[in-house]
Amino acid sequence: MATATFDQEVVPAVWPYRHLLDLERLTPAEIRLLLDTAALFKEATAGCRQKLSVLAGTTIVTLFFENSTRTRTSFSLAARRLGADVIDFSASGSSLSKGESFIDTARNLEAMGVSAVVVRHRTPGTPHLLAQHLSVGVINAGDGPHEHPTQGLLDIFSIRERLGDLNGATVGLVGDIAHSRTARSNLWGLIKLGAKVIVCGPPTLVSERWRELGVEVSHDLDAIIPRCDVLNLLRIQFERQNTRPFPSVREYAHLYAMTRERLKRAKKDLLILAPGPINRGVEVTAEVADCPQSLILDQVTNGLAVRMGVLWLTCGPRDGADTAGGLS
Amino acid sequence: MATLLVRGGRVVDPSQGIDRVDDVLVRDGLIVAVGQSGTQPVGRVDETIDAAGLVVTPGLIDMHVHLREPGREEDETIETGTRAALAGGFTSVACIPNTEPPIDTQAAVEFIHQKAARADTCNVFVVACASKNREGKELAEIGQLVEAGAVAFSDDGSPVYDAELMRRIFEYCRMFDKPFLAHEEVLELTAGGVMHEGLVSLVLGLTGMPAAGEEVMIGRDIALAEATGGRLHVMHVSTGGGVALIRAAKARGARVTAEACPHHFTLTDESLRGFDSNFKMSPPLRTAADVEAIIEGLVDGTIDCIATDHAPHALEKKMLELDRAPFGILGLETAVGLTVTRLVVPGRMDWPRVVEAMSTLPARILGINRGTLRPGAVADITLIDPAVSWRVDATTFASKSANSPFHGWTLQGRAVATIVAGRVKYRLREPALV
Repeated sequence: MATATFDQEVVPAVWPYRHLLDLERLTPAEIRLLLDTAALFKEATAGCRQKLSVLAGTTIVTLFFENSTRTRTSFSLAARRLGADVIDFSASGSSLSKGESFIDTARNLEAMGVSAVVVRHRTPGTPHLLAQHLSVGVINAGDGPHEHPTQGLLDIFSIRERLGDLNGATVGLVGDIAHSRTARSNLWGLIKLGAKVIVCGPPTLVSERWRELGVEVSHDLDAIIPRCDVLNLLRIQFERQNTRPFPSVREYAHLYAMTRERLKRAKKDLLILAPGPINRGVEVTAEVADCPQSLILDQVTNGLAVRMGVLWLTCGPRDGADTAGGLS
Repeated sequence: MATLLVRGGRVVDPSQGIDRVDDVLVRDGLIVAVGQSGTQPVGRVDETIDAAGLVVTPGLIDMHVHLREPGREEDETIETGTRAALAGGFTSVACIPNTEPPIDTQAAVEFIHQKAARADTCNVFVVACASKNREGKELAEIGQLVEAGAVAFSDDGSPVYDAELMRRIFEYCRMFDKPFLAHEEVLELTAGGVMHEGLVSLVLGLTGMPAAGEEVMIGRDIALAEATGGRLHVMHVSTGGGVALIRAAKARGARVTAEACPHHFTLTDESLRGFDSNFKMSPPLRTAADVEAIIEGLVDGTIDCIATDHAPHALEKKMLELDRAPFGILGLETAVGLTVTRLVVPGRMDWPRVVEAMSTLPARILGINRGTLRPGAVADITLIDPAVSWRVDATTFASKSANSPFHGWTLQGRAVATIVAGRVKYRLREPALV
């Protein structure tokens, strides 16, 4: 069995940040650095189950105010593989249900000497507020419909692994754009790396205003399929919708589900992504989810590498004086 | 008895068409005269204020203030709120009745008057609920509330949802010639919203409150006011579409008036990018085009007055996630500075129009005997230094709360003395008045 090795001793100086809050404010070079670092970790840990020790002695807290299985597990595993200690902190069963404010909860964790807080919250901007109030690193693991930077990075990582370069690639983001943090993080990352982005879904979920960011807006999946190199099928977030944005699941699936029929009209090497959990039969049918072009399981594997990269860049050792804070 | 001479200031009183350097003489709490400098025989003077370089106006009136008492004294009290008013140059405030309990009985109106008398600060005029318990179901006892001294009616904080009740309120208030102050919001369109619906809310993933959510209700209430002959006063207009509706209604001769808040002619939805709840209020900060439309509305008189919607919240309530933090920001202590900085300095508004918007017209809309320096009027006077630059420090506000998005801003223009019924109730320490 191979031995896990990682030979960078300090975080590169071009990454001065202790936080990862969103992709919107990162530069293309910074996004490439995140992806390249993830690739190093993927390579370093490929085919072996040994831990690295690059974050030995640090403690990472996953502070989840919203339920999550895979993101939290992925972060915990990533941290452990880097040699860090991990504390999982759930909102339910804590003082939060007794009325403690989220800032007080986080400050308590900070006082226990943790290095970074991986936070998920139903409200956009909560990680940003924590970053203002805490002196430890803050990693956004999803803030309501705003951003989910590591999900965006792992989607882009998975595409880049197959395509090599995103410049000029056409990527369709299909579905519940309105409520999807994955859509927003994908969108910023893709735009910055030179991809052409199309957002597609009913007008109740896909605002015309996206055009103002240079994104193409479509309400007709059949029309855009032949032009796409990649389709990212986003989950319908029933839990975030005030009012039903379409008449029935059946009608939604009729118009927007990725089926075998639709796949026939696509480019032969179309890549299909779906950030889990997926509603089989709503966004994508079972046979498409499991087809050879589907990167759904690659996404999970790559998620681990991306999160190792992010944890190392934000919590790893630095040359010279410790740079506290940082914008993103 | 006591005599006060305010000497040599630029006296601006639109109620008399006055805008000249002059003296104001006060005796026993009433205006004696605005006389020509140096020629007015004044006799013995107990106190003289040198107002050279200052603008001297009839006392400013903020017709939209949440004093929070009774029920939310942790945010503000009648005493702290009225002290904030004085520090901001206001000699009168109209307090909004969404307290706990709401002000919907004679006893509650009396409570406010007594607390205000005990505070002995500025004048407090009571706006009472239009519906019982502010529930939007039945008319409040409007006649008895008028007898107790209520000057206007409002369910502010909420719209009156039932259009039939709204019609009845207009009809019934007409009997007393009292205005209804309307919070215009279609709740289905704003449910869960924390900011203006637009590109910024889309990018931030925050639930939006569309401009139409305000405009639809303004349109309904204009139609009902015109149908009944009632008096509609649209509170805190924030959208260009709202300004256009009010402009058209006024052109038809409808009995419609309106106010705008300093934050709505100063800030846009871009401010929410930092996720700071001190930028969360209802109606929300809109776009740059809306800000321009509000300013145009104020300049051409479509929007009659400037009111602050002063809405104090204790620090711990605002230090929450954006969706859990309450709506509202402080206004009293920054209103003059923002008006001068945003409207006077760039040449959008002249001083007579500013004084009209902050004193003459609020007095007229509320039907109160203020807003003028006519001989015999109550001597409520504000002295403003139009040139002074100062840094906003919310931690030193007279208000009990500090939820101001303008903390740290540098503003031009500030009230330096506030005189209520001939008594100097507030005087800015620095720079010291000569």
